[in-house]
Amino acid sequence: MFQRYFRLTRMEFILYLREPSGFFFTLIFPLLLMMLFGSIWGNDPFPGVNFGYIDYAVPAFIGMVIATSGIMCLTTSIAAYREKGILRRFKASPISPLLVLTAELSSLFIITVLGMLLLLAAGVFVFGMRFYGNIPEVILAFILSTLSISALGFIPASLAPTARSGMIIANVMYFPMLFLSGAMLPGDMLPSFLKTFSQVLPLTHVIELLQGLWLGGHLWEYPVQIAVLCGVTVAGFVIAAKCFRWE
Amino acid sequence: MDGISLCVSRGEIFGIVGPNGAGKTTTMDCIVSMRSPDSGFISVLGLDPLRQRKALLEKVGIQQQESELPDRMKVCEAIELFSCFYGISMNAAGILSRLGLSDKKESYFSALSGGQKKRLFVALSLVGDPEIVFLDELTSGLDPRSRRSMWDLVRGLRDDGKTVFLSTHYMDEAEKLCDRVAIIDNGKIVAMDTPESLIRSHAFTLSVVMGIPESFNEREMESITGVVEVFREDEKTVVRVRDSSAVVGIVKLLVEREIELGNFHTEKSTLEDVFLKLTGKEIND
Repeated sequence: MFQRYFRLTRMEFILYLREPSGFFFTLIFPLLLMMLFGSIWGNDPFPGVNFGYIDYAVPAFIGMVIATSGIMCLTTSIAAYREKGILRRFKASPISPLLVLTAELSSLFIITVLGMLLLLAAGVFVFGMRFYGNIPEVILAFILSTLSISALGFIPASLAPTARSGMIIANVMYFPMLFLSGAMLPGDMLPSFLKTFSQVLPLTHVIELLQGLWLGGHLWEYPVQIAVLCGVTVAGFVIAAKCFRWE
Repeated sequence: MDGISLCVSRGEIFGIVGPNGAGKTTTMDCIVSMRSPDSGFISVLGLDPLRQRKALLEKVGIQQQESELPDRMKVCEAIELFSCFYGISMNAAGILSRLGLSDKKESYFSALSGGQKKRLFVALSLVGDPEIVFLDELTSGLDPRSRRSMWDLVRGLRDDGKTVFLSTHYMDEAEKLCDRVAIIDNGKIVAMDTPESLIRSHAFTLSVVMGIPESFNEREMESITGVVEVFREDEKTVVRVRDSSAVVGIVKLLVEREIELGNFHTEKSTLEDVFLKLTGKEIND
């Protein structure tokens, strides 16, 4: 059982590395963007606080990596697997079909961790990033964030009949979240009605939580964000379990 | 599917034949637990496909008509991954050489031709050393040479003591390859037996085809013993006979009348004739 899971996850991971576009958009693109904005704004502390742009941007770009792999990669790869009958082929072998999905999630989780490490390395070595948080709490928040966004991505992944339609649904979910949640642009820059709207986007809560913990906050100071993300996780997996189509 | 009932014996090559859309894949899907039937009872190797899915899938190998692998999965990786699903670690070389894929070991799935993909899926159906192999439209889209090597492979599986359950819409394939066939049409089994007895009981053994001058009244041949019917088709005269002794009578008559014969030959009835007779329609690809 464990060996099958391990082999499948490793296979999915290798396949991912062989696909240059997914690789670029999850691992390289957020890094390039952060380097670009970092070179514009630098990392000197903002007036009156002890953190600068990069200290604030690294957790936000980690949110972007979580969204790219949890929504874009997950939806497109599962929809393509369904359309091409790859899921059907796996289902005709003596493994549990759920193992395939678990392996897919796990390999995407590894990729998300890699993306996070790349951002951290650039933050620390290029911009002298500051970190005021508590590492175990940040790791817990990262895991919860990844789970909830993947659960959200599982909804279109369960329903999209073709890779193309999966891509469209994923885009519709992904881009508003990217621009409005604070992943790419600081949320404070938004006009107030968009700021209100951004509260319905799960990624906003991911970024508020990660940024808060990063700059010295504690999990118990973010009950709303944690409740929303737990709710999204449960709702996403329940809907996916009810609607998932193998063919 | 509508009330079909069939029983396959150990060690035989059993085929279901019928036109596309007749229900071959649906039948196979129900048997291998890929789909649950609305009603009815299925037992495979003593296992219930719905309740004992995993145990069943460990003992059978399935080649599906429409399935693919990820584009960038290599051939040897696919073999190794799937053999691990059966809890065995397998050297890909042996099975790939058996299917003529040795030189494609390191190729990506997307770089394979249609025939090579098909052979890879047959290889995947064999990695678990199954007792029954299910092959759905094994040779559709293959060139004649690959078809023949697939047939040899299937016979080899039977020689290894495995049971083969296959579906095809090629009547000649069913006739040459299968020990027993079920002809299905519109979700029903219209006939089931060995190809030879189906032909013997549902079709004429021989057709004599010839080109003869119009001056000769071909109806005269109807009086020969053993002749069933005489008709013209594509400018040729076709005489359906019950057995080969009637052919002697036909030749005798033609020689007596000093008829000049063009293109005289006999055609054996095939499973296709049986299908046409039973369903009243032609198979369309």
